[in-house]
Amino acid sequence: MTDTSSTSLGEAVARAAPAPIASRIRGLSDRSMAWLFITPAIALLLAVNIFPLIWAIYLSFTNFRANRPNAALENVGLSNYSRVLNDPNTWQAMQTTAHFVFWTILLQTLIGFSLAYLIDRKFRGHAFWTTIILVPMMLSPAVVGNFWRFLYQPQIGLFNHIVSFLTGIPPSSFEMLGSVRLSPWAIIIVDTWMWTPYVMLICLAGLRSIPDYIYEAAEVDRASLWRQFWSITLPMALPFIMLAILFRGIENFKMFDMVTLLTGGGPGSTTEVASITLKREAFESWRTGRASAFAIILFVAVFGLANIYVKALNKVKQR
Amino acid sequence: MSSVSTAHSVVEPSRTSKRIAASIVIIYAVITMIPLLWIVLTSFKSPPDSISYPPKIVFQPTLEGYCNLFTTRTRQTPDYIASLGEPTSTCDEITRSRNMVIAGASNYWPRFQNSLVIAFGSTFLAVSLGTFAAYGFSRFKIPLAEDLLFFILSTRMMPPIAVAIPIYLMYRQLGLSDTALGMILLYTAVNVSLAVWLLKGFIDEIPREYEEAAMIDGYTRMQAFFKVVLPQATTGIAATAIFCLIFAWNEYAFAVLLTSGAAQTAPPFIPTIIGEGGQDWPAVAAGTTIFVVPILVFTILLRKQLLRGITFGAVRK
Repeated sequence: MTDTSSTSLGEAVARAAPAPIASRIRGLSDRSMAWLFITPAIALLLAVNIFPLIWAIYLSFTNFRANRPNAALENVGLSNYSRVLNDPNTWQAMQTTAHFVFWTILLQTLIGFSLAYLIDRKFRGHAFWTTIILVPMMLSPAVVGNFWRFLYQPQIGLFNHIVSFLTGIPPSSFEMLGSVRLSPWAIIIVDTWMWTPYVMLICLAGLRSIPDYIYEAAEVDRASLWRQFWSITLPMALPFIMLAILFRGIENFKMFDMVTLLTGGGPGSTTEVASITLKREAFESWRTGRASAFAIILFVAVFGLANIYVKALNKVKQR
Repeated sequence: MSSVSTAHSVVEPSRTSKRIAASIVIIYAVITMIPLLWIVLTSFKSPPDSISYPPKIVFQPTLEGYCNLFTTRTRQTPDYIASLGEPTSTCDEITRSRNMVIAGASNYWPRFQNSLVIAFGSTFLAVSLGTFAAYGFSRFKIPLAEDLLFFILSTRMMPPIAVAIPIYLMYRQLGLSDTALGMILLYTAVNVSLAVWLLKGFIDEIPREYEEAAMIDGYTRMQAFFKVVLPQATTGIAATAIFCLIFAWNEYAFAVLLTSGAAQTAPPFIPTIIGEGGQDWPAVAAGTTIFVVPILVFTILLRKQLLRGITFGAVRK
């Protein structure tokens, strides 16, 4: 950052200027100005984000149930945490989430990077087609995800008919949302459709940040295109790819809306990602204390993984 | 377009490679648009056409989906309908042809209005608070600034359901459950983190010499902020506002858990639209189309700032 401290500059000007102007420049001191500017935002975050978080931490040590607010509150120590961690359902949900996060990130990175690489060929009309490709990610995952339920209908849905047209399998012979085997892929397909453009856009920025002269030098050295790709394009775009993976990873770890509307976690619990388990605990079983413990565990997990990842990202950047 | 500057460079892709790239990208773009086109097509189908086997691509377009979206209907005997006299509107006519009469307005429009009020209200607040905070972080030495900024960002990492549990309890105590004010405050808090990060980037790019010159001319710091910095930051503020608006407009998890009636927004409402014997898909498609069109317009307006917005200002191009 270019930090010519405004405090000292302001004061220097104030000292140099004649008295009446000086007082006008000072008005409020910079220190109180600074707090005046940032306090409202911080206060709101404290009230609506941090205070509830602290409350949730407190509740996670109690047997509180939100549907019985007047029942006696008991301190149960760490038992909520140990119950959550010893519950096979928790690990089932974690596995489902991991499967979802892994495949969505893999597919989105592969397709997104390839698209970005192709768009970077700068063919005529590439700006127009890029904008078209970006549309799905701006839409509401809930509202559009809900419509995919219709596209996935075995008899009448467009998806089954397109698959049938391409492969010859009868359209009513498989159910994307009803089958244990296919439903995890149903949510992966919708998420990939929606968020590949996101990864593509970030990768495109990465590719455009590579200066032409590097390729020119490689050309002079007669490096093959293959070689150029592996030793220039990919390493230089890597920090951008990793950034895209970070953002998608955080988002998909807490995925709720699209999956709720598509499968509701079903059939059975085959697509029950962590957020859905959490919602069931908190707002269907009303075990608020235990749900809070689960929420804290999830938050710590996201936060911890993100921090480790950012460290790795910074190392790659410095290379 | 930008090929002009690199036309003679050795790295300019060959004509064939451009052609191949263009065709793959265009095929992808067309495939990615199919679900969206299908939503729009379905909204103009009659309910029987929408569930035909195989799916119909050519059909007689009708406004029935839109009529059903905005009305509630009751079934009546043909004799009763014949006794009613001339239909008063196209929707009336369509409804009667199905042996039904319009009983009243549906909840779609009130829910849509809630979405408007909550999205615009929270955007206005988030951008105002965000602009002040971003200016503060950009121009003043604030102790632990880095930590505070990271803290602001990290509030975004919490799963919404985890935040919803205590918010649900807090709002019940404060009487904010299912109120527009409660939702506005919540969305403002979520959006402030984005607003601060994005706007700090934009304000960092405005040279501080401008304000310092104004202050030497006798402006106070406040006047300099309002008369010099704000006009310079207009583009950034507008882009930030649209991003906040899109988030609040699209949000589902908080809305479905914290609102049920008076303050319910459109996203939790649209999936609940049902007709006789199951989901009324043309009406759902009509509701989805109307809900999605404003975002399409914004996407086109925003395309140059998009990258910055979706990465919290981490990538600026």
